[in-house]
Amino acid sequence: MGKLTGFMEFERREDPGRDPRTRVRDWKEFHDHLPEATLKEQGARCMDCGVPFCHTGTLLAGGASGCPINNLIPEWNDLVYRGQWHEALVRLHKTNNFPEFTGRVCPAPCEGSCVLGISEPAVSIKSIECAIVDKGFEEGWIVAEAPLKRTGKTVAVVGSGPAGLACAAQLNRAGHTVTVFERDDRIGGLLMYGIPPMKLEKHLVDRRVNLLAEEGVKFVTGAHIGKNYPTDKLRASFDAVVLAGGATAARDLPVEGRNLGGVHFAMEFLLKSCKSLLDSNFADGQYLNAKGKNVIVIGGGDTGTDCVGTSLRHGCKSLVQFEILPRPPTLRADDNPWPQWPRIYKLDYGQEEAAALFGADPRQYVTVTKGLVGDGAGNVKALHTVEVDWVKNGDGRFNMKEKPGSERVWPAELVLLAMGFVGPEKPGLLADLGVALDGRGNVAVDREKATSVPGVFAAGDMSRGQSLIVWAIAEGRAAARGVDRYLMGETLLP
Amino acid sequence: MKEQLNPTRQGLYDPQHEHDSCGVGFVVDLKGRKSNKIVRDGVQILLNLEHRGACGAEKNTGDGAGILIQVPHAFLVAASAEAKGRITLPAAGQYGVGMVFLPSDPGSRAACEHLFEKVVRDEGQRVLGWREVPVDSRMLGPTARRSQPVIKQLFIARQSSIKDDDAFERKLYVIRRRARHAVRRLEIPEKASFYIASLSSRTIVYKGMLNCDQLTAFYLDLQDERVESALALVHSRFSTNTFPNWSRAHPYRMIAHNGEINTLRGNVNWMHARESMFASKLFGDDLAKCIPVVDTEGSDSGMFDNVLELLFLAGRSLPHAMMMMIPEPWSNHESMSRARKDFYEFHGCLMEPWDGPASVAFTDGVRIGATLDRNGLRPSRYYVTKDGLVVMASEVGVLDIPPERILEKGRLQPGRMFLVDTSQGRIIGDDEIKDEMAAAAPYGQWLKENLISIADLPKPPSVIEPDHDTVLRRQEAFGYTSEDLKVLVAPMATDGVEANGSMGTDTPLAVLSDKPQLLYSYFKQLFAQVTNPPVDAIREEIIMAVDTAIGPEGNLLEPTPASARQIGLSTPVLRNEELEKLRNLDGGAGSHGFKSITLPALYDVTAGGAGLRSGIEALRSAATHAIADGNNIIILSDRGHDRDRAPIPALLAIASVQHHLLREGSRTRVGLVLESGEPREVHHFALLLGYGASAINPYLAFESLHDMIKTGLLAGDAEKAEQKYVKAVGKGIVKVCSKMGISTIQSYHGAQVFEAIGLNQPFIDEYFTWTASRVEGIGIDEVSDEVRQRHARAFPARPLPEETLEPGGQYQYRRNGEFHLFNPESIHKLQLACRTGDFKVFKEYSRLIDDQSRHLCTLRGLMDLKSTRQPVPLDEVEPMEAILKRFKTGAMSYGSISKEAHETLAIAMNRIGGKSNTGEGGEDPARFVLDANGDSRRSAIKQVASGRFGVTSQYLVSADEIQIKMAQGAKPGEGGQLPGSKVYPWIAKVRYSTPGVGLISPPPHHDIYSIEDLAQLIHDLKNANPRARISVKLVAEVGVGTIAAGVAKAHADLVLISGHDGGTGASPLTSVKHAGAPWELGLAEAHQVLVLNGLRSRIVVETDGQLKTGRDVVVAALLGAEEFGFSTAPLVSVGCIMMRVCHLNTCPVGVATQNPELRKKFTGKPENAVNFMRFVAAEVRELMAELGFRTLNEMIGHTEHLEMKPAVDHWKARGLDFSKILYQPQVGPEVGRYRTLDQDHGLDSSLDMTTILPLCEPAIARGEKVAASIPIRNVNRVVGTITGSEITRKYGPDGLPDDTIKLKFTGSAGQSFGAFLPRGMTLTLEGDANDYVGKGLSGGRIIVYPSKEATFAAEENILIGNVALYGATAGEAFFRGVAGERFAVRNSGASAVVEGVGDHGCEYMTGGRVVIIGGSGRNFAAGMSGGVAYVLDEAQTFAKRCNKEMVGLDKLEDPEEAKLVHGLVLRHAQLTGSKRAEEILATWKEWVPYFVRVMPNDYRRVLETQKKMRDQGLSQEEAEMAAFELNAKDTARLGGK
Repeated sequence: MGKLTGFMEFERREDPGRDPRTRVRDWKEFHDHLPEATLKEQGARCMDCGVPFCHTGTLLAGGASGCPINNLIPEWNDLVYRGQWHEALVRLHKTNNFPEFTGRVCPAPCEGSCVLGISEPAVSIKSIECAIVDKGFEEGWIVAEAPLKRTGKTVAVVGSGPAGLACAAQLNRAGHTVTVFERDDRIGGLLMYGIPPMKLEKHLVDRRVNLLAEEGVKFVTGAHIGKNYPTDKLRASFDAVVLAGGATAARDLPVEGRNLGGVHFAMEFLLKSCKSLLDSNFADGQYLNAKGKNVIVIGGGDTGTDCVGTSLRHGCKSLVQFEILPRPPTLRADDNPWPQWPRIYKLDYGQEEAAALFGADPRQYVTVTKGLVGDGAGNVKALHTVEVDWVKNGDGRFNMKEKPGSERVWPAELVLLAMGFVGPEKPGLLADLGVALDGRGNVAVDREKATSVPGVFAAGDMSRGQSLIVWAIAEGRAAARGVDRYLMGETLLP
Repeated sequence: MKEQLNPTRQGLYDPQHEHDSCGVGFVVDLKGRKSNKIVRDGVQILLNLEHRGACGAEKNTGDGAGILIQVPHAFLVAASAEAKGRITLPAAGQYGVGMVFLPSDPGSRAACEHLFEKVVRDEGQRVLGWREVPVDSRMLGPTARRSQPVIKQLFIARQSSIKDDDAFERKLYVIRRRARHAVRRLEIPEKASFYIASLSSRTIVYKGMLNCDQLTAFYLDLQDERVESALALVHSRFSTNTFPNWSRAHPYRMIAHNGEINTLRGNVNWMHARESMFASKLFGDDLAKCIPVVDTEGSDSGMFDNVLELLFLAGRSLPHAMMMMIPEPWSNHESMSRARKDFYEFHGCLMEPWDGPASVAFTDGVRIGATLDRNGLRPSRYYVTKDGLVVMASEVGVLDIPPERILEKGRLQPGRMFLVDTSQGRIIGDDEIKDEMAAAAPYGQWLKENLISIADLPKPPSVIEPDHDTVLRRQEAFGYTSEDLKVLVAPMATDGVEANGSMGTDTPLAVLSDKPQLLYSYFKQLFAQVTNPPVDAIREEIIMAVDTAIGPEGNLLEPTPASARQIGLSTPVLRNEELEKLRNLDGGAGSHGFKSITLPALYDVTAGGAGLRSGIEALRSAATHAIADGNNIIILSDRGHDRDRAPIPALLAIASVQHHLLREGSRTRVGLVLESGEPREVHHFALLLGYGASAINPYLAFESLHDMIKTGLLAGDAEKAEQKYVKAVGKGIVKVCSKMGISTIQSYHGAQVFEAIGLNQPFIDEYFTWTASRVEGIGIDEVSDEVRQRHARAFPARPLPEETLEPGGQYQYRRNGEFHLFNPESIHKLQLACRTGDFKVFKEYSRLIDDQSRHLCTLRGLMDLKSTRQPVPLDEVEPMEAILKRFKTGAMSYGSISKEAHETLAIAMNRIGGKSNTGEGGEDPARFVLDANGDSRRSAIKQVASGRFGVTSQYLVSADEIQIKMAQGAKPGEGGQLPGSKVYPWIAKVRYSTPGVGLISPPPHHDIYSIEDLAQLIHDLKNANPRARISVKLVAEVGVGTIAAGVAKAHADLVLISGHDGGTGASPLTSVKHAGAPWELGLAEAHQVLVLNGLRSRIVVETDGQLKTGRDVVVAALLGAEEFGFSTAPLVSVGCIMMRVCHLNTCPVGVATQNPELRKKFTGKPENAVNFMRFVAAEVRELMAELGFRTLNEMIGHTEHLEMKPAVDHWKARGLDFSKILYQPQVGPEVGRYRTLDQDHGLDSSLDMTTILPLCEPAIARGEKVAASIPIRNVNRVVGTITGSEITRKYGPDGLPDDTIKLKFTGSAGQSFGAFLPRGMTLTLEGDANDYVGKGLSGGRIIVYPSKEATFAAEENILIGNVALYGATAGEAFFRGVAGERFAVRNSGASAVVEGVGDHGCEYMTGGRVVIIGGSGRNFAAGMSGGVAYVLDEAQTFAKRCNKEMVGLDKLEDPEEAKLVHGLVLRHAQLTGSKRAEEILATWKEWVPYFVRVMPNDYRRVLETQKKMRDQGLSQEEAEMAAFELNAKDTARLGGK
């Protein structure tokens, strides 16, 4: 390992991000990069553990602990410390097809389970990951590498999000001829339209997609299987099919006034905003503009945060974000020990920007929406809420209880619902194929990611349910192994 | 013999692993005058060596005793005339007498006698008759009596065709060999009991399965006064287990041996291979009748005797033959003559040494002598009297000889020989014998003309350059991982030494791993424990020999100059250029008579196991043809592997060819060289050498280095990296050898000191013949499948772009790498459970560990618990407390783990009524006092390891159990080292050393070189604290059962069998992974052998090694354990996260670090560990209820409740067979299966209990002064220690005021005189003493001087034995005379004056003052890191004999220091009456310049810095810390690196 005592000598440094006041004026990445010398020191903080929890993705107490794709984190940390960037890139790509995405948008469960985190701030793994791959592109080390031999087998991947792309990339390496189908007009799924550009600039997605295309992956956009492209045709034209269409059915808010104008699912808001930006720099007006509006985001997760960041960039008048749970503690609670996912208070980029502009973290905790009130013209005008207490019931579970007298009314012209997703969309493709679903309504798969229908596999949110991009990549790779073994009888795919 | 009682192989017991060791001695009349007195003296010696022998479960069944004397002609004439048949004997020398053990079955006996007589006639001699030897077996124990053979003497008359006496001896030898071979071929009952103890016209052997005092009572002949001899050689045997064996008693025909041959398997194989080349003019055609010459069913001593006898009878003198078999260490000798080195080097080309600890007494009936192994690991002392009597024995004081009669007292020195020639009537000194031998032939000339160094071979025309493009593919073909490169290969190339690791190993055995494993991983290194010591290859480098030679051998019996035609190598690892040199030897000009051939070690990978099998056959027959074609070097090469042909696993290639050529008898005609991409780590090289490779070229390891340099993963240049790598491998191999107690690579070559785990018997028998493998496993098909998997990665049908090596995961966890029992999930669950006290979570954890259905890992994981009994309700199971008291935490030293962690575990164990263990590192006396809340931080178990750090009288007295650490699972056979940067002031304090100065724990205990030495240490410690149980910690390996039986016979109260996977604070990786066996095997073997011996009921059996759950405990109990140790799991419960950096002092959770900043991060609480122990106990109780047991004792050894999981369909594991582990010996109900009896330590009859303690009562009770005079004999051992322990118990570490008790002894003191003596006691001895005087001296005073009646010069004669003052911590000692080897070894505080010392003086010393006013042996101050020695160097030769690795030599210039030395010499003169001291004091000024001050460099620097700090106004404590910190920062100068 690089520096034995690095963790005792150097403190954690994170990229501070650009100034929130200025960055909200554009759609460029809010990240900044640490200088190389600092990154080396940060790499030196890695202790090269005997049991690197960071590298080992598991689910503990319902949260991700460690890296789901088993990034060889200690290995590349050490290589970065020693300035061996190229080797680091090789080790990084060994487990991760798209480090430039995860290095930017992954919530980094690796850092949550970093052993150093027991007593010190964790190693800044995510910054290092991002720096390695960025350097790789900068230096021209990352070039298309076509497979050495084609098998003659064809595979269709439905959905071009991280799971689909990872799966396609792997299958292509193994020599299969892969076609990726995407219903939208751009490849990338959530990477393209779900994650706003300030978090992940879209030319980065294009860059990777182009590389894959160069390596031989075929991409078809605007192909909505089961709608404008017959499912039967798909089945008939390919030796295997991988379903990677995501968990796109959003959770709704069943309250009065839900149907008023100005109430939208977050994903619609984000997608349209991004597409309009990319198509015309908003000149086409084909998006939900938050400018000058009182915006309320319901839901405290990452999508909610993205709505906050996007609304601010539109120029909203005010912004509030509701979170149903209480504000988490600043340090780990006793029932949330290392290496579990740390359920602690964090100021993400959107809240940081809101605080910079409006003076406070926009999140309102323990807040539940009771109803929406219209302006009479069919548009939303205000929103009624109440606060709740979380009380433990007999079997140890927490239940909500409304707090009397805590009712409030909030002015709102734009309400964005970011309360998560309930699973894949069933009509169309899934129904056509007749694949079995699991108890939660996701596509049921075995260890090889095979569905109940022979030759049909599923990966990512479609089979796992809403999750992190790293899980999606892990699933895509696992499905690739399954498909490869299905087609060839064996696989060497990692 | 009515029945064949000697247990044959059963379960895990194999008679092959029996060890013995013993007392040996002889008495001889220098002038060759025969008398009955000599015989009686011999018997007397034996009686006084009784305590070195042993007896088993039956008090009156001994392990063996015997005597060899000259043929007592007068007596035999008379006796045979009286015998039935009235035999008339011819003149002395004209007949031979055989001492023959015959079957008790009359038919068988008659057949044997008949056959024997026929052989005599066939050989042209005449049978005079048989005389039944009168015996009285009434006093024999039942076992000995049941197996007693009929003993007869056969008289054979010499016929006129025999020209001379020697020829007659040869003829008798031929008759004996033929008779033996012929009887072996008979189909009769009891033929195994036919045995010829001796057949000679010169000597006769009386021996048997007897105690020393039974010998004369049994053999009535020996009571007859007409029996006369000029010499008597006697032997008392201590066997590790007591199974009836009359033939294994010593003496053999020519020797009596105290020791063990570690390289036996190789020696025997090589001898066998050489037989086809045997030719002897003296024997002529007779020689063929004697082959095979080695009786492989005999003991190591017996086989040694076989070979010695042949070498002697074929024309060499006895000393010459001895020098061939046990050469002294010559290659690193600083002052040996060239001629003598040439002698040894030449003979090294003929045969390898028989390596191992040995004191061998030998005789041909005229000459009698003794030689000591190269390291002097057995004591041998002698007296010469003025009237021509010479007495040599393992101890002094074995014969009462008035002091005034003594002319000289001496000792045998390492590698030296001592010879009495009765025909010349004089003692022939070592130098005279050897110089004469060396001058007998122009050996130097012969070597010059024939032996050539590889460096001098012609440069090869070209050398294969590394090919970077294919490196990755090759690495994949040979299964490299990136971890291999990072963890194993790179550090060797950077540091020139193999990397260290820490914690234990928790990965699956190779046979249980899902990953394809290299064949090497199925083998475990064997190591020395108890019956022979490991060697300290670093500090005692002078005895090591790394050089080897390759090439053919000639006729051993009649060598010619050309016998030396070999190629000398300084290391068995060949660089590419060197290999090309060998490859280019074509027998032509410039080839020096060598012709080599390269044979491809490849096979058709698609043909699977059959392909591999036929590939091997092809290779074997190619080798045969190559030899027939006149090649004398065969290179097996896998360079040509490609898409179709995969490499035959290199180890399999070597071993299969080796055994093929051994069977063919052609192995010694060629050198066997390996060129392979496979070997990379030390273990690989050790195995390849051990199975026959003479030299190895690891080309891919080199290429990998080049590649890493190219990609920037390794700094430096390729040439340097290769050199360092080769050096590291060499060092590593030496270390592996030394663990087994082997000191020459030549002897290690082919010695097969490994055990296989997971290979099936047919595979072993075919390719790894003689290797132990006890649970079956995979065979050639699975081996080929593993090759195929690697090959498929390297040559995939569909190559993937941009491939890289797999991460590995053997040493650090990786998700897709090797499985680990402790992984993120199990660690988290365990910590969560122990923190929250949640049993439910603990069960989730234990399910992760126990359920190995998806990930096989351990042997026990494949066992199912099987209930045949009615379950019992949980509340009827004995309470948790009864189980908890059987629980212990493992030995982790304060030093390896932090004070916080150490005390947390101690408190936890004390709270639950279990025991924690100090580890090797002493204990702060503050911990003996209870905390305010009633908690105790005292560790109930005190460990005594080889470093003896902090082992004081008080430490021992405060123990409930004292554990002797013979070996440790993570690094059996190795010592340890605490670098100076970790010797923090608080660590130094409890270790009685200097902060900042490194400390060394030697590989061996320097007072345990044999089983009887262990018995002695057990006795010492029992004396030091009669209330404590004495425990002996062993590590599982094949044969550990017989060792455990030996430990039981040595009176240990408890034996601990540790698994190979136990933890460590620092250990070379090769040891962590590849040494030792799982505890399941070791424990089961120990239990079985103890039960077989009837010894199980007198000893507690404990086990440890990755015990993690209640199920583990239950399995262990069913396999035979009644106590249980845990280390890693409780550490994890208090916060350890398996960082595996204990050796680096950077533990980020404050567990295994001394860094004060990191220690603050420790968050563990005693309750965490308490929870762990209680959870485990709760699980144990639940399982007991299910199985139907109410108490744990009921379960012990009941393997019928275990079975192998049915339907294991793992591709490798399905071949396993646990029937040997689950075997239960068939013994009667009277034989106990768990401990029910106390050991009899025999303390009541000790001098202390009978005499000293009553005498000292006023002193102990009231502090009154006491003085007395007491006679002493060598059987009075550990004198003063019990009395001392009472003083310490009452008065604490400070004892009583000096000289409160003054005892004066007269005579020869037994071993361990004054051990652990506390302050207030002064022992004065007039006479002499044996080994271990003042061991662990703790403040007392010891004075020894020769008898006032003696006339010899005290300063020139040996006074005290070896290893005096071992581990002394305080006190004073004055010795007027010379001490043996290893004087003041590991002394940390005592002051001593002595008039001369043997080799290795002041070894590993860390403190104290030693003044030597006389000569010193070799290797003085090796490993000495503290204290000061002052050596009077009159001859100005000291510097050459001093090991200056760690010390500096100065003059005695400082006046203060000179005053101190003067004061000590003055006191020495006053207390001992030393003439030498008086002489020096009289002209002190003239002597001062001759004193050399020996001071360790680090020690001096730290003391100087401390002084500087004090001068700056710091207190001593602050100065220590400041000096420590300064020192720790200065990494360049750290000690011991």
